[in-house]
Amino acid sequence: MRPDPRTSVVELRGVSFAYDDLPVLRNVDFELLEGDFVGIIGPNAGGKTTLLKLILGLLEPDEGSVRVFGRPAREARGMVGYVPQYARFDRTFPIRVRRAVAMGTLGRTNPQVEDLDDAVSRALDRVELSGVADRQIGQLSGGQLQRVLIARALVGDPRLLLLDEPTSSVDTRVGRSVHELLEELAREITIVLVSHDIGVISRHVGTIACLNIEMHYHRSKDLTPDMVEAAYGCPVDLVAHGHPHRVLESHPE
Amino acid sequence: MIADALSYPFFQRALVAGLLAAMACGIVGSFVVVRNIASVSGGLAHAAFGGVGLGYLAGFDPILGALAFGLASALGVGAAELRLRQGIDTLVAMVWAVGMAVGIILISLAPGPAPDLLGYLFGNILFVPAQFLWFVAALDVLIVVVVLLLFRRLEAVAFDEEFAWVIGMPVAALSLLMLALVGVTVVILIRVVGVILVIALLTMPAATARHWTDSLAPMMALATAIGAVSIVAGLFLTWGINSVTGVDVPTGPAIILLAALVYGLSVVVHRLGSFGVRRPERSPTA
Repeated sequence: MRPDPRTSVVELRGVSFAYDDLPVLRNVDFELLEGDFVGIIGPNAGGKTTLLKLILGLLEPDEGSVRVFGRPAREARGMVGYVPQYARFDRTFPIRVRRAVAMGTLGRTNPQVEDLDDAVSRALDRVELSGVADRQIGQLSGGQLQRVLIARALVGDPRLLLLDEPTSSVDTRVGRSVHELLEELAREITIVLVSHDIGVISRHVGTIACLNIEMHYHRSKDLTPDMVEAAYGCPVDLVAHGHPHRVLESHPE
Repeated sequence: MIADALSYPFFQRALVAGLLAAMACGIVGSFVVVRNIASVSGGLAHAAFGGVGLGYLAGFDPILGALAFGLASALGVGAAELRLRQGIDTLVAMVWAVGMAVGIILISLAPGPAPDLLGYLFGNILFVPAQFLWFVAALDVLIVVVVLLLFRRLEAVAFDEEFAWVIGMPVAALSLLMLALVGVTVVILIRVVGVILVIALLTMPAATARHWTDSLAPMMALATAIGAVSIVAGLFLTWGINSVTGVDVPTGPAIILLAALVYGLSVVVHRLGSFGVRRPERSPTA
């Protein structure tokens, strides 16, 4: 199914959220259309993970509204896949890759998967892990494990994929292969990729948003110096330095 | 000699109780081992003593009090871990001590000399009352039904609790259910085979089985088999020693040492890597 860029996938309107008295998000507007591949950058504690939790319906905003596929976020959870930062589980746990991936269908509001074996096989195929389907989870390399997490998110055939720093625990080479995989997936599915690494993100995603309590997003891949300053509060040349492809381009306005 | 042993009703009961206990412990123990919550089983066993005291003072069967206290402690520990973010080990130590203290106080309040109440907690596999076999059989049925119905969910929560929460699974309820299963298993089996043997059966067979399996369901089956073999071997070995030499080796401890020996051998053979599933090093991920 081709993505339809007129369909609204995520819509945040005036969203504010605070943990106790600590503001994490302030008056955030953010719209995601079908087929988008958005990278969200910003400092730690800038609200990136909180934003994902709001989209997943795990948190409710203090103010504003979060709609996912036109519904309250909680009700859309079955259409959303989630990939965590790293595998927090015990790698010696007695479970094979196939079963670990199948876990992705256990969410309460997930659509009923008709043929679980078949769905798992297709998910493993998409991340090119069919060859290790029957291995115990700890026998995989770091990159393969990261792909298992992606397959687990894909197994329910989500229309939106959320990834929270999926490459922060793997080396650069593995990270690149994961990003290439995401580029491929982005042709069929809407993706939000959270990262603090501007260089990596800018090479692969379609558009970039900066989030540091407030959201800076122009549906564009260009980062203006003021966006980066606002997001990081640090000198811009520091961020642009050393990347083969310049991240910062002159802004049209 | 074997036929001789089997002709005694107490030996038959010990054998049946042991095999039933091996099954309960093989299944529940696999969860205990993969979640690394063995200390919980020791804590709940002792917390249940408060219920023994209550039953004695109020005049109902102390095993019912023990069940109530064991369950309440399991749920209390689980809920407090979720709500208060207190480490489970600390909570277990506290219910352990509080349960024993409550039991001792309640018993002291009762008039007349206290009977051997510790016997309610520390049973002996050679003195299993016939009606207790039904308790253990019912326990096995309960465990098998719950685990069959919820296997994928319990496995998922044991494997990756955080992801389970993110995708909207009822993680708290499933975690509490798992603790409740541990609590009921411990309380019923301590009365039957003794607290030390229960803790041994919950941990050693499952830990041994883990060496040789790469999935949870086969691990449970193998743990049950290893527990059963240890129990049968222990019963016949101590019987045999007694009838040949006249020396009376206690059966429960002999079973424990046999299970420990099997675990030790398994570690050695597994380390030598001659066969079985190759295991990764424990990962240092946070």
